[in-house]
Amino acid sequence: MANRQHGGGPEELLPAERPVRFLTDTGAAVRGRSRYPLPSPELLRRAYRAMVVGRRFDAQATALTKQGRLAVYPSSHGQEACQVGAVLALQDGDWFFPTYRESMALVTRGIEPTEVLALLRGDAHCGYDPHRHHVAPQCTPLATQTVHAAGLAYAERRKGSGRIALACVGDGATSEGDFHEALNFAAVFKAPVIFLVQNNQYAISVPLDRQTAAPSLAHKGVGYGIRSERVDGNDPVAVLAVLTAAAEHARSGHGPFLIEAHTYRLESHTNADDATRYRTDAEAEEWRRRDPIARLEAYLRRRGHLTDEDTAEAATAAEDFAARLRTAMNADPELAPLGMFDHVYDVPTPQLDEQRASLRSELEAEEALA
Amino acid sequence: MNEGLRKAMENDPKVLIMGEDVGKLGGVFRVTDGLQKDFGEARVIDTPLAESGIVGTAIGLALRGYRPVCEIQFDGFVFPAFNQITTQLAKMRMRSLGTLELPVVIRIPCGGGIGAVEHHSESPEAYFTHTGGLRVVACSNPSDAYTMIQQAIECPDPVIFFEPKRRYWDKAPVDRDLSKAVPFDRAVVARPGEDVTVLAYGPMVKTSLEAAQADENHSIEVVDVRSLNPLDEETILESVRRTGRCVVVHEAPVFNGYGAELAARITEKCFYHLEAPVLRVGGFSTPYPPSRLEDHYLPDLDRVLDAVDRTFAW
Ligand SMILES: Cc1ncc(C[n+]2csc(CCOP(=O)(O)OP(=O)(O)O)c2C)c(N)n1
Ligand SMILES: [Mg+2]
Repeated sequence: MANRQHGGGPEELLPAERPVRFLTDTGAAVRGRSRYPLPSPELLRRAYRAMVVGRRFDAQATALTKQGRLAVYPSSHGQEACQVGAVLALQDGDWFFPTYRESMALVTRGIEPTEVLALLRGDAHCGYDPHRHHVAPQCTPLATQTVHAAGLAYAERRKGSGRIALACVGDGATSEGDFHEALNFAAVFKAPVIFLVQNNQYAISVPLDRQTAAPSLAHKGVGYGIRSERVDGNDPVAVLAVLTAAAEHARSGHGPFLIEAHTYRLESHTNADDATRYRTDAEAEEWRRRDPIARLEAYLRRRGHLTDEDTAEAATAAEDFAARLRTAMNADPELAPLGMFDHVYDVPTPQLDEQRASLRSELEAEEALA
Repeated sequence: MNEGLRKAMENDPKVLIMGEDVGKLGGVFRVTDGLQKDFGEARVIDTPLAESGIVGTAIGLALRGYRPVCEIQFDGFVFPAFNQITTQLAKMRMRSLGTLELPVVIRIPCGGGIGAVEHHSESPEAYFTHTGGLRVVACSNPSDAYTMIQQAIECPDPVIFFEPKRRYWDKAPVDRDLSKAVPFDRAVVARPGEDVTVLAYGPMVKTSLEAAQADENHSIEVVDVRSLNPLDEETILESVRRTGRCVVVHEAPVFNGYGAELAARITEKCFYHLEAPVLRVGGFSTPYPPSRLEDHYLPDLDRVLDAVDRTFAW
């Protein structure tokens, strides 16, 4: 017997035969009509600018690791369309659940870059106020955040708030049990949540074909009763079109939506990794040709939506952004060691108080010696 | 570590290595570097990214005679496998009245001190020593890494094998003669002394040795516990009875940490030899702090020496 939760047959849930595309590799419009409406020129212009700034931010953060100003940085160079698209598809009240890879998305959301990078500098586990930005702390244990997003979205549905959640997750992390539980719970609870899988082809060194035997990662949603789609993740127009439709789907009470975006991590996993051990330059070159910024720029220029002035303005904004970040990261904030005892509980336990006192006297003794 | 694994694979074709990035990359710490190249993809397996799946399938493989060596990429990521380890791996022998044996080794790079982001610096040993059916060991130096991993792989019981990740870069001569090696369930006196026994394992052995070296007032004996479960009481109690004082050191939080077991056991069995209570040095009862604060969290030489001094002030 068909499940009453889900009205139609599995074909309604299935992703397209091929990843959704609006642009060719060189930024020409692909022929034919899409089932997804074309995003507005204003939205695309915003995306262009945010990608230019985001890429510059990302390059600056990588440079900061080389100068020892940042302990580690997982770059999202190459994934700009997804990083920016995920944020631009959301409203201010919606919630975003990022992983360690999403620093670019977080600055796009308007979080101060120094607050974003506090985690990777080793100053804090989360440098920003989640409530202020409606952004959960960046998540490291893979896929754990997907279940939280399902729960939060379910809460929004119960409250009738009209808000949605979006969780980012990597291709590798789709193998974790939590990812599957998240899809199932979200579907059963009809939670208004988007799962955005950035399939950047690798989980550190492990390529997708060692991760899954499924026809695509998007197909994984179907078994849970989730509307699923795959998209060219380096085509910013397609990414925004599908994400906008997914947000609409979730917001209007149709439950979760799973998107697999095909993209590529152009840098190593982090600055501590060495991608030459497991992949070729030729492969990366292939993906460089599908550069999301170049494609959108070509498309917008051809349509008269982007001028030399616009690109120059974006470039200047990006340089300013990077310069401000450099200056800000040159200052080493003094960290209060005793701060590690704060916020462990609502009220510290007697044992924590005792431990704090012992560290305090250690610090005082050190100071007396100095 | 790498040489020990290689030897074990040469000696027994049933030994398999499984984990995330263990193949082509050779592991994020390069512990399995070159092994896939030499033993092939069927014996050094890059698994899908799921710790529960790694340990669960290792259990299945072991049921058919393989000896899987699972790598958990970092301490903080063993928890998705916690269910498989504690409810299945640990209990299978007893549940099956001894008919099913699971010679599975789970390697876990552990501890802090490398400036990593959260979940990469944990010391989760007490969760596992609390679980009957698991052997839990920790190596502290290159020689033990080489021998203990081979002994763990040969062992018919499941073994949780802790590798102090900040010591991966340490260099020391390695005695390759396995027949002369101390059994991996025995503690060793890492440095003889007369006045006080410092018990440590994993990353804290080196710290304790440095403390012993630095202390001009007391002769400190450092015992490397090595096997947390089973515990080599003979070596440990003999030392404490001789010195009459004991300090236990680990990175994990003191509160409810493994040191509590050592302190209680020593107190029960050496009460009349003790000149002072057994003191414990370890982490605070907080989540592991951001890395720029970790030096304030991790026990160091001064904290060990301070505890040593306090045993004399009693
Ligand atoms: C539960 C868990 N296991 C292992 C890791 C170690 N780890 C960090 S990132 C990573 C690869 C993740 O790949 P993917 O999900 O594709 O995301 P990407 O890094 O490519 O964005 C691994 C294995 C982790 N963070 N969490
Ligand atoms: Mg990936």
